[in-house]
Amino acid sequence: MRKLASQPRRHFLKSASALTGGLVISFWLPGGGGRMAFAQAPTPPAVAPNAFLRIGKDGTVTVIVKHLEFGQGVTTALPMILCEELECDWGKVRYELAPAGAQYAHTAFGMQMTGGSSSVWNSYDQLRTVGAQARTMLMQAAADQWKVKPAEVRAEKGFVLGPGGKKLSYGQLADAAGKLPVPDKVALKPAKDFKLIGKPTRRIDSAEKVDGSARFGMDVKRNDLRTALVAHSPTFGGHAKSMNTEKVKTVPGVTHVVQISTGVAVLATHFWAAKKGRDALEVDWEPGPNASLSSAEMKRQFLETAKTPGKVAKQSENPEAIKSAAKTLVAEYTVPFLAHAPMEPLNCTVEVREGGAEIWVGSQFQSVDLAAAARTLGLKPEQVTLHTMLAGGGFGRRANPVSDYVVEACEIAQRAKVPVKVVWTREDDIRGGFYRPLYVHRVEVGLDAKGNVAAWNHAIVGPSIVANTAFEAMLVKDGIDPTTTEGVADTPYTLPNMQVMLHTVNTPVPVLWWRSVGNSHTAFVMETMIDEIAGASGKDPVALRRELLSGKPRMLQVLNLAASKSGWGSALPKGRARGIAIHESFNSVCAQVAEVSLEGNDIRVHKVTAAFDCGLVVNPLTVEAQLQSAIAFGLSAALFGEITIKDGRVEQSNFHDYRVLRINEMPKVEVHLAPGGDKPTGVGEPGVPPVAPAVANALFALTGKRARDLPLAATKRG
Amino acid sequence: MIKFFVNGDQAEFNASPDTPLLWALRDFYNLTGTKYGCGMSLCGACTVHVNGEPTRACVTPVSSLEGKRVVTIEGIWSTSRAPVARAVKAAWIDKDVVQCGYCQSGQVMAAIALLTRNASPSDADIDAAMSGNICRCGTYQRVREAIKSASASLKKA
Repeated sequence: MRKLASQPRRHFLKSASALTGGLVISFWLPGGGGRMAFAQAPTPPAVAPNAFLRIGKDGTVTVIVKHLEFGQGVTTALPMILCEELECDWGKVRYELAPAGAQYAHTAFGMQMTGGSSSVWNSYDQLRTVGAQARTMLMQAAADQWKVKPAEVRAEKGFVLGPGGKKLSYGQLADAAGKLPVPDKVALKPAKDFKLIGKPTRRIDSAEKVDGSARFGMDVKRNDLRTALVAHSPTFGGHAKSMNTEKVKTVPGVTHVVQISTGVAVLATHFWAAKKGRDALEVDWEPGPNASLSSAEMKRQFLETAKTPGKVAKQSENPEAIKSAAKTLVAEYTVPFLAHAPMEPLNCTVEVREGGAEIWVGSQFQSVDLAAAARTLGLKPEQVTLHTMLAGGGFGRRANPVSDYVVEACEIAQRAKVPVKVVWTREDDIRGGFYRPLYVHRVEVGLDAKGNVAAWNHAIVGPSIVANTAFEAMLVKDGIDPTTTEGVADTPYTLPNMQVMLHTVNTPVPVLWWRSVGNSHTAFVMETMIDEIAGASGKDPVALRRELLSGKPRMLQVLNLAASKSGWGSALPKGRARGIAIHESFNSVCAQVAEVSLEGNDIRVHKVTAAFDCGLVVNPLTVEAQLQSAIAFGLSAALFGEITIKDGRVEQSNFHDYRVLRINEMPKVEVHLAPGGDKPTGVGEPGVPPVAPAVANALFALTGKRARDLPLAATKRG
Repeated sequence: MIKFFVNGDQAEFNASPDTPLLWALRDFYNLTGTKYGCGMSLCGACTVHVNGEPTRACVTPVSSLEGKRVVTIEGIWSTSRAPVARAVKAAWIDKDVVQCGYCQSGQVMAAIALLTRNASPSDADIDAAMSGNICRCGTYQRVREAIKSASASLKKA
């Protein structure tokens, strides 16, 4: 029988760079011009120039994925796009996450990042081009060897075939192809010839995630690595006045206690010692100016502010129109702060060496995080290597303009002078800030005598996510942050005399984008109000939407698909009702019909029928999975999600008081894809916004009472 | 010193006996397939089998394990439960269950325990056995389908 070692092991995990060094690299393709490196080229640097593809001598095709994989399936979708043109054997395709590097910049946003439901569409032309370039070079290499014209050869399933039954594998050709210049212009396939794109394709990262061998940021091991837990101020903006570390030092395994800008870090040889050390730490916190902060008070103030004029985000043709309305509906809506709560708590590993540093992190913002790390460590960006690790979810939390936990890890590594992995506990994650903001909407709708919308005055009150960040100058125009007003100010509904006003009220609570960003609250307001108008004017909710979306064929197609597939208007068992919502976001359109009942005061969502237009579908299996995911995520927030602040402190701490959806609460989700265009649009987020209003509208159909505050489960019924 | 078994190997644990099994596995035995998600037995990401029972490693102190047999996601494939484990793995891949994957070793260990004691779980059985395992990606529908598919394939075998 083997004996297990009983002390923290000092084995290296195979990091991304170790894996790179271990492969036979015989083909290295720069994406934009230049020449391929030779087979004998030295092990490529951790940040390699513009490289998306390697072909090994054994024919293995490794696609370098420039986006973070955190559930959305880019490790399959992006290789599918590239390999469509490469004509390789899909069974030999592997993925590798790209480190931080300028060559991996988002083609539209100019920095390396994952967000805005953009991974597939921004990579679509880029990766098809890379695949076509590589195929062309492999064909040229074979033609050269056989002394025939390139037109006489063709590529198929990882082989180049030539006249007289000649056949060479990509692995055999990789060396020679690597010495050829990269063609500038390549023709891309017409969609009718697609073999991979559009075909349901299983993920290529399943096995490693089922058998536990996948390596997340949390799993990084380094020699002499310490785990650091940070005691943060319990109030936002507080700081440590003094501390007593006597008891901490008695915890076996604790090696350092260091003060950093965000609190006090306790370092130990393993997590449990760091945790016990932090528990034993006595800190006298100076609470700072926010000791009496209250989210209830914030909400009250926002509701008052909503009644006053704000900055105009959308100008009405006639702001006075509401005064001559036959009937006016007035509604106030509130949505709470929300934590992202990804399954993998936040973590970041930093190792500082003479003249450089290495970082391992599941980051949505490699460019931003790398720059912040370099700044914190006093290094040049080129002295820092950032390895992108698999991330256990993120939902926006790992795309922080101020790189909070990355900077924290760097500060600790620099002060303690040891390799360190900072780990946030779940409590740190729930309490440590960066939430979807609390918002208030106030909507006044004027109806004419026939019940048609005659005027719509809409006020939104809440923080700007990008205030005081590098994104503010980029996004905010004339004082309007479009990430707050999206989904209202740009509504596809034809609404006469619509005026949208924004009150940007920044608070001391750190805020951030949260899956679907502004649409996470604006869709709830718009879609429940449209339902309310339908009720007030005696129209069917689907029929009214059809009227208001007249001339919007894409919206109508999705609306009608959802209505027909859900059996809209057909009878349901007693005690059950349907609600519908439709929302356009990230250039995609999603409509959902929820079937809901009440069991006592508990809301039961039985089924959600989703219709979706996300343009050209790369992988239908992934799109279906992302809609199931978005609905589960949106439903968690709609039913239960709420972060409250009292006496300056966050009241929730873990999954018992920040509830998320569980398997017994998951509705059956049915996904119907509408035939889309010839380019992909967003997939990861557009399924989130419609679910809350669809459920709220179904609740109204059941109870006759409007739910205008989220989460829905907190509303008393009956 | 506490002696117990991890995936058939003898473990002799010398550090603090209140150390949760989760951190013993991850930090002392380099078995990182078992995940930390909440530390309070609320999410199931740390599910392992202790003497065959699905157990939350994050709240199981090593001191409670003297003489017990711990099986983790890394070791389940070479136990008497390997046929169930392989059926579950095949079904998980076939149904394309995983998304971010962080909770999945816990989901898989819970599903293996369920199918070991109940070869044909109903929806209610699946709810009861799996509702302690949170998935923030919302893979629940495919988890359910995969459990049923694994059950069907085990019956055929």
